[in-house]
Amino acid sequence: MKRTSKLIYIVSIAILIIGLSFFGCKKQSNEILIGGVGPVTGEAATFGQSIREGCELAILEWNQNGGVLGKQIKFIYQDDKGDPTEAATVWTKLITQDKVVGIVGTAMSKCSLAGAPISQQNKVPMVTPTSTNPKVTEVGDYIFRACFIDPFQGTVGAKFAYENLNARKAGVIFDVGNDYTKGLAEFFRDKFTELGGTVVAFEAHPTGTTDFKAQLTKIISNKPDVIYIPDYYNDAGLIAKQARELGFNGPLVGGDGWDSPDLFKIGGTAIENGFFTNHFSKDDPRPIVQEFVKKYQEKYNKVPDAFAALAYDSMYILLDAIKRAGSTDPEKMKQALMETNINVVSGLITFDKNRNPVKPAVIIAVKNGQQVYQATVNP
Amino acid sequence: MKIPIIDFIYKKFIKRRMTIFIVGALLVMFLIILLQKYNILNAYIIQIINVSLVYVILAVSLNLINGFTGQFSIGHMGFAAVGAYVSATITTLVLKITPNSFSHYLIFILSLIAGGIVAAILGFIIGFPSLRLKGDYLAIVTLGFGEIIRTILNNIDYVGGPRGLLGIPKFSTFPIIFVIAILTIIIIRNIVYSTHGRALLSIRENEVASELVGINTTKYKILSFVIGAFFAGIGGGLLAHLVQIAHPTQFGFMYSFLILIMVYAGGMGSISGSVIAAFGLTFLSEGLRVGLYSLSNLLKFTVGDQWRMVIYSLLLIFIMLFKTEGLMGMKEIKVLIPEEEDIHE
Amino acid sequence: MNLDTILQQIFNGLQLGSIYALIALGYTMVYGIIRLINFAHGDFYMIGAYASYGLFSAIGATLFFGLPANQATIIMFIISILGSMAAGGAIAIIANQFAYKPLRNKPRLSALITAMGVSMFLEYFFSALPVIGPSYRGFPEIIKKQLFPIGNAVISNYFLIDVGVAVSLMILLTLIVKYTKIGKAMRAVSLDKDAAKLMGINIESVITVTFLIGGAFAGVAGLLAGLTYPRIYPYMGILPGLKAFVAAVLGGIGNIPGAVLGSYIMGIAETFATAINSLIGEGIAFAILIIVLLVRPQGLLGEKIADKV
Repeated sequence: MKRTSKLIYIVSIAILIIGLSFFGCKKQSNEILIGGVGPVTGEAATFGQSIREGCELAILEWNQNGGVLGKQIKFIYQDDKGDPTEAATVWTKLITQDKVVGIVGTAMSKCSLAGAPISQQNKVPMVTPTSTNPKVTEVGDYIFRACFIDPFQGTVGAKFAYENLNARKAGVIFDVGNDYTKGLAEFFRDKFTELGGTVVAFEAHPTGTTDFKAQLTKIISNKPDVIYIPDYYNDAGLIAKQARELGFNGPLVGGDGWDSPDLFKIGGTAIENGFFTNHFSKDDPRPIVQEFVKKYQEKYNKVPDAFAALAYDSMYILLDAIKRAGSTDPEKMKQALMETNINVVSGLITFDKNRNPVKPAVIIAVKNGQQVYQATVNP
Repeated sequence: MKIPIIDFIYKKFIKRRMTIFIVGALLVMFLIILLQKYNILNAYIIQIINVSLVYVILAVSLNLINGFTGQFSIGHMGFAAVGAYVSATITTLVLKITPNSFSHYLIFILSLIAGGIVAAILGFIIGFPSLRLKGDYLAIVTLGFGEIIRTILNNIDYVGGPRGLLGIPKFSTFPIIFVIAILTIIIIRNIVYSTHGRALLSIRENEVASELVGINTTKYKILSFVIGAFFAGIGGGLLAHLVQIAHPTQFGFMYSFLILIMVYAGGMGSISGSVIAAFGLTFLSEGLRVGLYSLSNLLKFTVGDQWRMVIYSLLLIFIMLFKTEGLMGMKEIKVLIPEEEDIHE
Repeated sequence: MNLDTILQQIFNGLQLGSIYALIALGYTMVYGIIRLINFAHGDFYMIGAYASYGLFSAIGATLFFGLPANQATIIMFIISILGSMAAGGAIAIIANQFAYKPLRNKPRLSALITAMGVSMFLEYFFSALPVIGPSYRGFPEIIKKQLFPIGNAVISNYFLIDVGVAVSLMILLTLIVKYTKIGKAMRAVSLDKDAAKLMGINIESVITVTFLIGGAFAGVAGLLAGLTYPRIYPYMGILPGLKAFVAAVLGGIGNIPGAVLGSYIMGIAETFATAINSLIGEGIAFAILIIVLLVRPQGLLGEKIADKV
């Protein structure tokens, strides 16, 4: 009995201390606070890590060059666990408790959709690096995006398959629980059919599964010329391997979710004869791309993936807008963001009236375990 | 001077514990609203309180099924999912038809009830397996149902599928959630301390014996599922209108487990335990976030947010190791136990 | 679906079922002994996968010097199996010692919640450790993959390895349980713990051994999964753990052959359900499970325990 009442005392004191620290945070006035949100834990944790790394690298570079508006930048990166409820709480915390002036985040559209209304209501601009659902930026004029939206990539993929790969029959496999892959799959199907091709199989797999053989068996038995795999690299690599094992030797096409060094580690030789749409190519001789890849490699000991690059870009877009606005006044920041015209890793970024970026896509081919630039496609 | 009728009213209504509870709850609510108005409590704390209150509703309703009736149900979020989608579909449809007006809140409440009713129907269906299955086998079936509901929702494109149901208006304000949570507590408490509640408890303790004594175990088992599902549906609806999006992944088995943890950590068969656990675990999760941030500032070294959940799970294990029956065990705080029941009186 | 694809799907299902079976065996054994649903079991599987990954990364390169490739591969593989078994068994024993043993005489529901806590801890801890991290890692191709066509279907040598290892371990386990002293003790404890104690059996040792074997099996399953679906990450144990648990219950929880039967049924049902309609395949698999349980509430091979009044 004594032991448990002691425990209760300890726990209540701990909770009291934690509670008090809610009120204790004092913001230093010579710092600018920028918030970041991503899935640090949970199934998408690897993307959360990439986003954090991209953001931190960008902030490091800006701070080395004097920060923004003469102040050093402080970055607060919080976990949304890939859960919309958590995202809503985190957004509220960053804005009302920590008082950030801008937010870069988050990875998944469903979480961005939970956070965007809060950003909009409180007039804190938000740049999402990788949420592709068109509805995210429709929430309001303080919400911006650094990546393509689903319709664009799916369409580009279909055109490439039809025109460049001369495919007339396509099989599609996507993640049934993920709006990004489903979106790309559906737009691919629509465009491919419109161009005159036939989608011979349109299969889904449950989120998190490792065995795709059931679906692939079905797809391959319909003899497609190409298989469209808009999954993220962790699934795409496995799917490629199993497809090859089941006897498919044709080309594979995917989206920017493929962009990661781990694609080759997981997919191995199966990914050869694979193509994917992406934001940028590492072969791109533009100094900003080469610098980014080099610095990222120095800091984190690995090649950056699309998430890191987009997060880096998002941070640059946000900070550049603050610089041009000359202050952290919400209206001015918003205006500056709308007027963005900046050269970042994924190209020259301007925003359309829905605050989605207007930028070309590149097609990357997988040859000999390397990413090789293939072509550029303009919107 | 003792006036009989005033004395009667005093004894029957004012001196009773339920009155104390309701008055106390209302005072707390007004206090929080006041603190919010003068910005002593910022939106972040209010958000955490709101989320905690939703979990209170979910935990207390699960407690009715698991704690009081002893049915091992681990698919509770399935009911919440149904409630969320039904109520959100109604409000998003209505918003497209009528312009913004005060009666919207009325429609919101009605939509919550609709969500609860549909969830209750589902609870009725899921109650049937409980008649044939016991313990861990029943658990699997309830888990399966939860997953089936999630899979179905993932595939109904009308409500968004994997994109989720979007654009839900933010109707869940603190007063509404608080009042509904208090109502949930009162109603379930009244059920538990009634003759029906006694029947439920007897099923938990010894089902065969209660059958022999003449209790219709079929009726009561299904009843517990129906009522538990009803309130879970309302909780789901409130959550959807708080976060402004409803997505199938919010209702997966991991979240059902979270509510289960709250019920057990609070103490099975203790309504106040579920309340404390719901608040405690949610505040712990956020408190660790803030605590880690302060720690990072103190140490000038970033302790990343990824350690938050590590510490959280460790604390969970410790709570279970040291307070194995849950924080409140089987006991209830005094103010919730009706006077007639309290043998210590 | 024609005959060829059906054959292929059967192979796919058997391969999947083998891995589930190894995990399910651990679930069912632990349940049989102490009536605990060890939710952390899927994470023992994850640790086994990481252990063999680490082992191979550390030793892999050096071992090939001076040995012909074939021999080196076999030695490497055997080391990996032993390593993953050791890791899985070790973490199982540790979990038992620190988290489950203190709750031995307490209501079993608290042990259940603790198991959830252990599971969460393992996943988040591995995800947070800088050395391991949350990223997906490709599993090295320890054994070169070869494909064999059978009719119009294709199986790989991994299929043979998976099914082979699973079946051999199952046979080994059956032999242990039937013919060894410790096996007899395990059966005694799962039948009646108190009577076994009266017979002089050291309950805690038996429980420790059970966890060791169960954890080891889960570890090997992790290795096989890493090999066959060459991708590992800290949360990889959640879904297979859940499915194996379902399979164990399907077969009658506490029943060893039942766990195996349930796992293969689960593997094949999942494969065929997904083949028929990939959008709701997951749901169909669960629906099948529910129907089976409604018809046979004690699981396929479970014993109907009469309600003693």
